[in-house]
Amino acid sequence: MWDYSEKVMDHYRNPRNVGSLENPDAVGVAGSLTCGDQLKIYLKIKDNIVTDAKFQTFGCGSAVASSSILTEMIIGKTVDEVRKITNKDIADELGGLPPEKMHCSVMGYEALEDALKNYSADGYVDLDEILDEHYGTEKKEKMVCTCFQVTENLIWDAIKQNGLKTVEEVTNYTKAGGACGKCKGAIQDIIDTYYNKQKTEIEKLTPTQWILKVNNIIETQISPELQKDGGDIELIDIKNKSIYVKLKGRCSGCKNSTMTLKNFAEKVLKDSLGTDITLIEVK
Amino acid sequence: MTNKLIYLDNNATTKVDERVLEAMLPYFKEEYANPSSMYNFAKKSADAIKQARGVIKDFVNAQSEKEIIFTSCGSESANTAIRGVLNYNKTRKHIITSAVEHPCVLNLYKALEKQGYKVDYIGVNSNGELNLEELDAAINEDTALVSIMWANNETGVINPIEKISQIIKSKNKETKFFVDAVQAAGKIPIDVQAAGIDLLGISGHKFHAPKGIGALYVNSKTMITPLIIGGHQERGKRAGTENTPYIAGLAKAAELAIDGLNYEATEIKRLRDKLETGIVSRIYNARLNTGAAQRVPNTTNIGFEYIEGELILLHLSDLGICASSGSACTSGSLEPSHVLRAMNVPFTAIHGSVRWSLSRFTKEDEIDYVIEKLPGIIEKVNSISPYQKELAALKALRGE
Repeated sequence: MWDYSEKVMDHYRNPRNVGSLENPDAVGVAGSLTCGDQLKIYLKIKDNIVTDAKFQTFGCGSAVASSSILTEMIIGKTVDEVRKITNKDIADELGGLPPEKMHCSVMGYEALEDALKNYSADGYVDLDEILDEHYGTEKKEKMVCTCFQVTENLIWDAIKQNGLKTVEEVTNYTKAGGACGKCKGAIQDIIDTYYNKQKTEIEKLTPTQWILKVNNIIETQISPELQKDGGDIELIDIKNKSIYVKLKGRCSGCKNSTMTLKNFAEKVLKDSLGTDITLIEVK
Repeated sequence: MTNKLIYLDNNATTKVDERVLEAMLPYFKEEYANPSSMYNFAKKSADAIKQARGVIKDFVNAQSEKEIIFTSCGSESANTAIRGVLNYNKTRKHIITSAVEHPCVLNLYKALEKQGYKVDYIGVNSNGELNLEELDAAINEDTALVSIMWANNETGVINPIEKISQIIKSKNKETKFFVDAVQAAGKIPIDVQAAGIDLLGISGHKFHAPKGIGALYVNSKTMITPLIIGGHQERGKRAGTENTPYIAGLAKAAELAIDGLNYEATEIKRLRDKLETGIVSRIYNARLNTGAAQRVPNTTNIGFEYIEGELILLHLSDLGICASSGSACTSGSLEPSHVLRAMNVPFTAIHGSVRWSLSRFTKEDEIDYVIEKLPGIIEKVNSISPYQKELAALKALRGE
């Protein structure tokens, strides 16, 4: 029995925006019958705003829920806003998905990406043409997992959007490596390449860029979590890989503040930066 | 949401029969002695085990009580049999099994392959029936063991065990024959002597005994090296203090199963057939995955084309109906059932396959309820499918 959130259950029981659209402005497809799940998404776009969205899904409860909530997330948004949506956003909006089911949210992201790739502001969309092209491009991109037809690009995106570190995580998110397992070595190579690249990129940053990057992570990923418990965190200084912060509100003087600092804040920074740092509390 | 519970997943596990529980309780409460002890107080627990061994001997029609070993489960029975035979005589390195065995057996063979054994996996036809010519051709001088399940857990398809035994013995008299009878025990008669079986494993919780008890038949001409080494229990074939209450429960369940075989073959079969016909005749994208193959009376495996099984199960679950699916999504393994794949069930139906398995506790009104509610669920799931064109074509084809 999967541990589905109430929201996931609500969406597979009562899926929103089911069906297709006549003369859609954009259509996206992800997955296939052989792989066990497929999603088609149809969009109406007017003045650069998504005015309507419909979906059809062949898949499990979490696949239907991911597709359903995705249509709700994009209706009324501008194309640029929609382009920024990641699989993580879909999973978060559902109140989380079991790790083995994260690939369902990735399928939503893939279909959306596919739809917007094919979107042209002036043109009429021919579904068959897109389907042909869909399978065409699939062949063009470097295939890593032949069992589930997973490309290198998709694995790369999943690592980037979700901070995946292990082959098992990549399998949970993309299905790659989940059948014969022959591509597990190739997946490990992609993970290694990604983190090496990130490391070199960080080493190339100027001191100011480095400070901005650290501060951005603190403000967007750490601070909001502490605020939920009535606390907060502030960046004081950075000396190379030593980051000095001050805990505020309820966090200051909290007995568990060291744990918050080491187990949560430091971990988030390490994961996001992909490099080793030390977090030091300034009282 | 409903409080109703319609349990049609009896191949996964069964409800413990009240009479089985009653038979077990004295050995938890008053008669807790270690059956190996010397004092009078241990006599009743020792007698319980002796009596149980006799019941299981009759249950599988073994020649002697000495051929019965109590284990903790079906997987232990299989592991003890397979590893026991191979470890006793390490000269032969060839094993034959089927592509549709239970994972507890298949994964053991995968592990043995890494240790240098050569394993042949015999295929099945589209009904799930074993390819006997392929089996015949695979047996050679080096074949240590042939391991074939009596009935398949997903499809219920019965293998012709007696015929298979004849084929094996005609090709190589030294080859041992292990039968995983976990899904056959309690559903159809088992006769190890008539069928020519060397080793046979059963599991209690598939026929209304609790989880955590199984048995292994090893005929007197077959030597095995024990898997669990320790005390002298089970004639040195399986160490560990005897689990008296569970052994008593297994025996009670076996007695009830023997009494119930006729009910299985008539009434449970009638209800299963009613369910099967009810579904296939009312739902245009339903297909029976096993064709005309011979099956145990309680199981049916039906594929719903162009839709996915987990979603069907979730909607059924909302109505209190329990079944299981061969879909990839339910297994967590990302791949659909190896059994249905070996049968070449089309991909359009494999992910939407649902197994229904009945028991002596299944009531007719429960079957009627499923037949009444399922078409609506399938219609709802169909309406979400991206394969509307294909579904319409299928509807036109089958509607005529």
